[in-house]
Amino acid sequence: MTSTKTPVTLEESNIESFLRMDRMPHIWCAGCGIGTAVGCFARAVERAGLDPDKVSLISGIGCAGRAAGYVKLDSFHTTHGRALPFATGLKLGNPELNVVVFSGDGDLLAIGGNHLIHSARRNIDLTVICINNFNYGMTGGQMGPTTPIDARTTTTPYGNVEYPFNAPYLLAASGATYVSRWTVMHPRELERSIAEALVKPGFSFVEVLSPCPALYGRLNKESKGLDTMHTYLKRSVIRNGADPKDAEIGLNGPILVGKYVDIERPTLWDCCKQVFDRVKEKKSK
Amino acid sequence: MSEDGILHGTFFMNGDVACAEGAISAGCRFFAGYPITPATEVAERMSERLPHVGGVYIQMEDEIASMNAVLGASWAGVKAMTATSGPGFSLMMENLGLGVILETPCVLVNIQRAGPSTGLPTLPAQGDMMQARWGSHGSYEIIALVPSSPQEIFDLIIEAFNLSERYRVPVLVMSDEAVGHMSEKVVIPEISPENLMSRRRPDVPPEEYLPYKADGDLVPPMAIAGEGYRFHVTGLTHDEKGYPVMTAEAQDKLVRRLVDKIKLNRNDIIKCEESDVEDAEIIVCAYGITSRIARLAVQQARNEGIRAGLLRLITVWPFAEERVKELAKQVKAFIVPEINYGQIVLEVERCAAGKASTVLVPHMGGSVHTPHTILNAIKESLQ
Ligand code: SF4
Repeated sequence: MTSTKTPVTLEESNIESFLRMDRMPHIWCAGCGIGTAVGCFARAVERAGLDPDKVSLISGIGCAGRAAGYVKLDSFHTTHGRALPFATGLKLGNPELNVVVFSGDGDLLAIGGNHLIHSARRNIDLTVICINNFNYGMTGGQMGPTTPIDARTTTTPYGNVEYPFNAPYLLAASGATYVSRWTVMHPRELERSIAEALVKPGFSFVEVLSPCPALYGRLNKESKGLDTMHTYLKRSVIRNGADPKDAEIGLNGPILVGKYVDIERPTLWDCCKQVFDRVKEKKSK
Repeated sequence: MSEDGILHGTFFMNGDVACAEGAISAGCRFFAGYPITPATEVAERMSERLPHVGGVYIQMEDEIASMNAVLGASWAGVKAMTATSGPGFSLMMENLGLGVILETPCVLVNIQRAGPSTGLPTLPAQGDMMQARWGSHGSYEIIALVPSSPQEIFDLIIEAFNLSERYRVPVLVMSDEAVGHMSEKVVIPEISPENLMSRRRPDVPPEEYLPYKADGDLVPPMAIAGEGYRFHVTGLTHDEKGYPVMTAEAQDKLVRRLVDKIKLNRNDIIKCEESDVEDAEIIVCAYGITSRIARLAVQQARNEGIRAGLLRLITVWPFAEERVKELAKQVKAFIVPEINYGQIVLEVERCAAGKASTVLVPHMGGSVHTPHTILNAIKESLQ
């Protein structure tokens, strides 16, 4: 996050009813992709026909984590990495709520990685929107769990030596019932995908590749948001139903986008209800 | 068991089980936890009992997640609890702080075992008393209660839920392995709804609701998710709207209120039990399992003609500062036995402020004091 301020660039004006306009201008840098992703989410809520009063948005910490502060929903800005367990309690406390976690790759895949795989494993009915900009923005552009190998960050000045997570592959293996990846250069597809994820029972994960021109971009020859958008355009290959194993992202080469997983599996709440029934049956005997 | 799944009657049960039953009677309908000795029986009992009362038990991936899930459930309007021991308590400190700043009612039970680190998992200690007070970063005030028997753990869990709902703060119940695993008679009464507190809810329409605007008692009414209030809450320093404000002024206003809402209401919160203190020249100040042994030592001293008394702390945080200050004018010495190397004794010493001497009777953990050790300390302090 740097101090450059820009007005929101969300096209449709009815989006305003969805945002806390009294909190504008937002903190995101010029050319940052997070605002676009928030816009897609807002339209997806509408598209999915959800009552906004029943939608809660939970964020962790980081640039993406600030989304909770800008949406006019019941919104919770929690601690670093902990949005998912907080969301788990909220959802089980009131299963009628639509609970969405909106956070960044560092928050969800590094410090919150354990919560992420276990939330997917238990198939709790949540939707996760994971902004992936390949680095830690809020703290100044350090290497993170998604930084491509060889990429420059403020803590990998000679190039990153660690292999990144392939998020769709990880989530598919962990048991998520819906997994997709889009970039903010694909707003229509992204909106549609988030809408699908919102109504999909079980654990849904939407990865959103999003430019961080201020930091990651600057250090990797994409110092404008537009440069990264061009990269997305050039490198993304839409392939729905692809094997998530092939979804690795390198410094160069194709970036697979599309829907990887869309399967049926009883949700955690379905299973809880079975337990309630079993207990009731036992009592009546 | 009655129709509604709540137990009534007289039972023989251990402290961990009584803890779970206290929660059920208090209206707790959500438990998130992670197995840990010697608190596991609380989780096991909750997993068995909650489905009978329409509640949800979930075993999380660790104690960090457990604490967060409890906070989330509370924001859905459900009374929620977790139970753990030392290593898990350490992991919960991060989001205990979130509970404090979001002002989230919930109960966290620590069945203390001996540390540091893995220490003695199956044996008692009272080594987390200062961690209970200061364990999460930043300035805040917390409520911590200490039971000395299975019956009292039952009673104090209900009290803990009431205090947490009343003051919108996580309440700690600092038990220990000895109380958790001892089995005794526990009487479970029918608890009438008017004896169970619920958080104050907003009485204004959503457009007018300010999540952190408090009136005289400094405790703001709390909306819950899904009711149309569309509120925002954050772990960042915030204003009455709940919006982040990164200034020293906002910090001053918020932290003062978070601390003062407990501090200024301390007379309503603090509970102690006194025996033989009126004419006492020596007072043993003890809490939890240690207070039961201290009672024997005080009786023995009385039998030997020593004017000894017992001040049993039921609320440890906030500390019974005023009462200790008052008693310091009357007594020669405070004897403070505790299963650690000196924690609550520091508070007693601070409040005694040189007016009475303060003697620590430490025990490193793994067992409990003998009455004899405490009696000796009483006698020595008279010499
Ligand atoms: S992600 Fe990067 S571009 Fe976006 S606000 Fe953070 S630092 Fe700025």
